[in-house]
Amino acid sequence: MNVAFSWNLVADFQQMWSFPFMVNAFRAGAVVAVVAGAIGWFMVLRRQSFAGHTLGVVAFPGASFATLAGISTGFGYFGFCLAAALVIALLRREGRDAGAEESAATGVVQAFLLACGFLFIALYKGLLSGPEAILFGSFLGITTGQVLQLALVGAAVLAVLAVIGRPLLFASVDPQVAAARGVPVRGLSIAFLLLLGAATAEAAQITGSLLVFALLVLPAATAQVLTARPGLSLLLTLLLGFGTTWAGLVAAWYWPYPLGFFVTTFAFGGYLLAHALVQVAARTSLRRAVA
Amino acid sequence: MSVWGQEFFHNALLAGTFIALASGLVGYFLVLRAQVFTGDALSHVAFTGAMAALAAGWDLRLGLFVGCVGAGLMLAGIGRRGRADDVVIGSAFVWILGLGSFFLTLYTTSRSGADVGNAGTSVLFGSIFGLSGGQTLVAVLVAAGITAVVLLIARPLLFATLDEAVAAARGVPVKLLGLVFLALVGACAGEATQAVGSLLLLGLLAAPAGAALRLTHRPYAGMALSAGLAVVEMWAGLALSAMVTSLPPSFSIMAAATAVYAVAWAVSGRTRRSGAALAR
Repeated sequence: MNVAFSWNLVADFQQMWSFPFMVNAFRAGAVVAVVAGAIGWFMVLRRQSFAGHTLGVVAFPGASFATLAGISTGFGYFGFCLAAALVIALLRREGRDAGAEESAATGVVQAFLLACGFLFIALYKGLLSGPEAILFGSFLGITTGQVLQLALVGAAVLAVLAVIGRPLLFASVDPQVAAARGVPVRGLSIAFLLLLGAATAEAAQITGSLLVFALLVLPAATAQVLTARPGLSLLLTLLLGFGTTWAGLVAAWYWPYPLGFFVTTFAFGGYLLAHALVQVAARTSLRRAVA
Repeated sequence: MSVWGQEFFHNALLAGTFIALASGLVGYFLVLRAQVFTGDALSHVAFTGAMAALAAGWDLRLGLFVGCVGAGLMLAGIGRRGRADDVVIGSAFVWILGLGSFFLTLYTTSRSGADVGNAGTSVLFGSIFGLSGGQTLVAVLVAAGITAVVLLIARPLLFATLDEAVAAARGVPVKLLGLVFLALVGACAGEATQAVGSLLLLGLLAAPAGAALRLTHRPYAGMALSAGLAVVEMWAGLALSAMVTSLPPSFSIMAAATAVYAVAWAVSGRTRRSGAALAR
């Protein structure tokens, strides 16, 4: 496909969208970016990056197991991610004496499940070009049915999040006061991990299991650098996630490099830019105060 | 002809033993200092480093060590008191991983041959049975060096880990130790990538150390136990893969490590509960 980026965005999008699989890729990307952004915003607030990364990684054995067993990969993604979320949620209580042991447990779970994924791939030996497609994602060949499934699950995740959003925000910012005020902190924590599992299972189908974490952490981290107001930064997160994913899709269409590379690069560039902006703003306001 | 007498198995056993020894020791401090996530980040840097070196046509190990040690020093540098925030770590390493997928594509599209298709898989999941004699020698020497340095700084590092403020007040160079330690973790990640691959080395770092911490609270006993468990798990994994050839060695090693960790978890849970019952 010999196409060049013309800077005429309308013509470019018309050309890309003349291919049905590309339309599906953009639709799926939008759904995934919004769901992962919203969940990721809470994940960054709750400092659960390690759990989020582990759940993303679990998508790999899920997909390879589904391939080996000959069932739909969607089942593998959701089954493994939700089960791992439950395991991590249950292991958390055990780690009351030390956070260090808890992170060791998360690390062991992660490494073991990745090893299982590798075993499934090794046992499968079938028509699979290697684990790279599952690990680093592929936006080709997304069917309309898949988009519909992603949209339904995404809507369910967002609906649950909207219901528990307020108490979850309270419990995330100040768990002790929230518990004292009768907020079910532990129940919310389990519910949140399950939502995180569902969101990673969704996003992993597009970005690949290793780069889900980019959509979870980068837009949220960028937004939380720029503003401290919850509502505004949540909105900013969704916009940033959506923007980087679509920009990544456009770039991956015109240049022969993987989608994951473009999405992570754009998102990380935005993160650095946000840091620089905040630094500059702080310095100018300081100068103004001195003068 | 059985696997046991083959040269590749001897190489794997020799390199694996030393790599496990170094990983067990470094992993103990990694878990004790609550820097498992940093180890996770470095393991992903290992992939990108190796892929970048391959794409540029250099020796894979050059990229591994330069990438990992460099990233370790950088992570130590950006964090306050030698520890970085996990959101910052996560943001940085996910981009580095994306860069790795770029180098992977660059490498696989610019070269051809059977090795090229497998390069990504073997960096991600390791190929300990594929080590040559020369590679084994280098792996053993580097691992022995890491072990020696860890043992040398073990005492002050332990002090700085357990009580940073008091250690700093007593004149222990806390910041420098944090820097040296993360450089060691980086070197260790580079080593372990050759054995179990960049995605699985976290298990080699975290599982023996986590088990040791559950079984004993005495630091030196814990260090020895962690290193010992790592070596035994490596042997068990290699033996299992030698007997059941359909199991990849990386999986067997991780399975052994996870089994030991699960046993330690169950045992320590029971003793803790009975201890609590006695106290009542």
